[in-house]
Amino acid sequence: MRSIDGAILDLKRLDLLATGDSLIHRLDARAKVLTTLVFIISVVSFDRYEFTALFPFFLYPVVTASLANLPGGYIVRKIGLVIPFALVVGVLNPLFDREVLVRLGPLAVTGGWISCASIIIRSVLTVGAAVILVGVTGFLAVCQALEKLGTPRTFTVQLLFLYRYIFVLTEEGARASRARELRSCGRKGLGLASFGSLIGHLLIRTWLRAERIHMAMLARGFTGEFHSRQVSAFGWRELGYVAGWSILFVALRLENGAQWLGRLVTGLLS
Amino acid sequence: MSHHIVAVKHLQHVYADGTVALQDVNFTIHHGESVAIIGANGAGKSTLLLHLNGYLTPTAGEIRIGDFPLTKQTLPEIRRTVGMVFQDPDDQLFMPTVFDDVAFGPFNLGLPSDEVRQRVREVLEQVGAAHLMEKPPYHLSGGEKKRVAIATVLSMSPDILVMDEPTSGLDPFARRQLIGLLKNFRHTRIFTSHDLDMVLELCERTIILHQGVVKADGPTPEIFGDEALLAQCRLEKPLSMQGCPMCGQGRREQRNAGRKGSGGVNDS
Repeated sequence: MRSIDGAILDLKRLDLLATGDSLIHRLDARAKVLTTLVFIISVVSFDRYEFTALFPFFLYPVVTASLANLPGGYIVRKIGLVIPFALVVGVLNPLFDREVLVRLGPLAVTGGWISCASIIIRSVLTVGAAVILVGVTGFLAVCQALEKLGTPRTFTVQLLFLYRYIFVLTEEGARASRARELRSCGRKGLGLASFGSLIGHLLIRTWLRAERIHMAMLARGFTGEFHSRQVSAFGWRELGYVAGWSILFVALRLENGAQWLGRLVTGLLS
Repeated sequence: MSHHIVAVKHLQHVYADGTVALQDVNFTIHHGESVAIIGANGAGKSTLLLHLNGYLTPTAGEIRIGDFPLTKQTLPEIRRTVGMVFQDPDDQLFMPTVFDDVAFGPFNLGLPSDEVRQRVREVLEQVGAAHLMEKPPYHLSGGEKKRVAIATVLSMSPDILVMDEPTSGLDPFARRQLIGLLKNFRHTRIFTSHDLDMVLELCERTIILHQGVVKADGPTPEIFGDEALLAQCRLEKPLSMQGCPMCGQGRREQRNAGRKGSGGVNDS
């Protein structure tokens, strides 16, 4: 059960990273949310066979993460968690799409393989950007920024509670599962049958615990609004940040940055 | 300072499934008093506490906190006045860092950021947890969690502190530390506990709840002197009043004292 407990702690660490202090951390959350949004839209709007043009986009996560002193290994592991899902989405492409698009010597690369690779790279980029956004901003501040940008309050508070209760649910789940495992003495226990009641209990316990937490929130004057200690305003610095990155993203979207760099290098050499 | 009074009149609470948790509870607690509410499991202690800051609505009866009756309109003010510390600090600490958790209440009160910072620092120093400010709550030890949980409530400057089982799950040293801390508070304090030795040390007055009614209400030494009453309510004398089990001393004295008869307790 260490794995589940560990995974939760690992997730909580992401929130903790957001309490850091760096150039990126100090920016207004709205600037970071907007930039991430432009980044994601630019990346996912590429044609499905696009492959090389995606690589220059790695500049953004790498630069942001290093400026914000985020631990690289940790971020990579978090992204790694999502790759299997991307693989499930893309794995059938090579079977259905057998049209040869590129020949590398004797190796014929079909459209299916290219689109599959493209899906994986896109997920790495977008998930990476989202993980980094939370890591430099904090989930609470991201939700507040969404609200300031016009998302309805009901939606952002729902999102916050969802995030909060993920931890409640997984913690209760880890406990119940540990108790079951210890009593099944290394065997399968009562098998599937016991899981039915385990999940039922889990629901009720989570519910009760969530109620107690809600009670503690109400006791401290919670009125449906979360506050953050970060007081920041959307100033020139934020504007520059959003504009600078957005221009770069749009440029990279319209012009294949990798090819352009290649032409530049070969042009210089010849 | 009449506005720190807690008055409970004919309070009754019946849960949706028909369980009668509180039948008819009456008491008044005055400013600056330190009162223990004790009783067996299921006597209705927790239900009673949940009424004190308006989380549960009485089936019948009335609660007044200070000059206000507890109603929907007075609820926000009453929740600030009555600081509630829950039994399990994990239920109370839900923010990413200790700072955020302690600041949660003051921010909800609408205080400006600078003042919140200052308050958080002050209360954390008060409970001896200033060094934990930037730590995540789930990495703290049980004793630290408890002190931070108390700080989350103190930061709202409550007049009345209500604590459910403050010493449960603490090691002897952390328990001692906590008792020392609570002794210094000047708030009106209401505790529920099974730690009767703590009650003896912290509370001059004790209320025994039994099957949803107040069975006894009086000075703590008198209540704990009445063995028959305690046994009837599934309780027993605090260990510190029971004498030494090794040498037998104290036990003999107790027996002698018992023969002389114990003092009057206001049975109600």
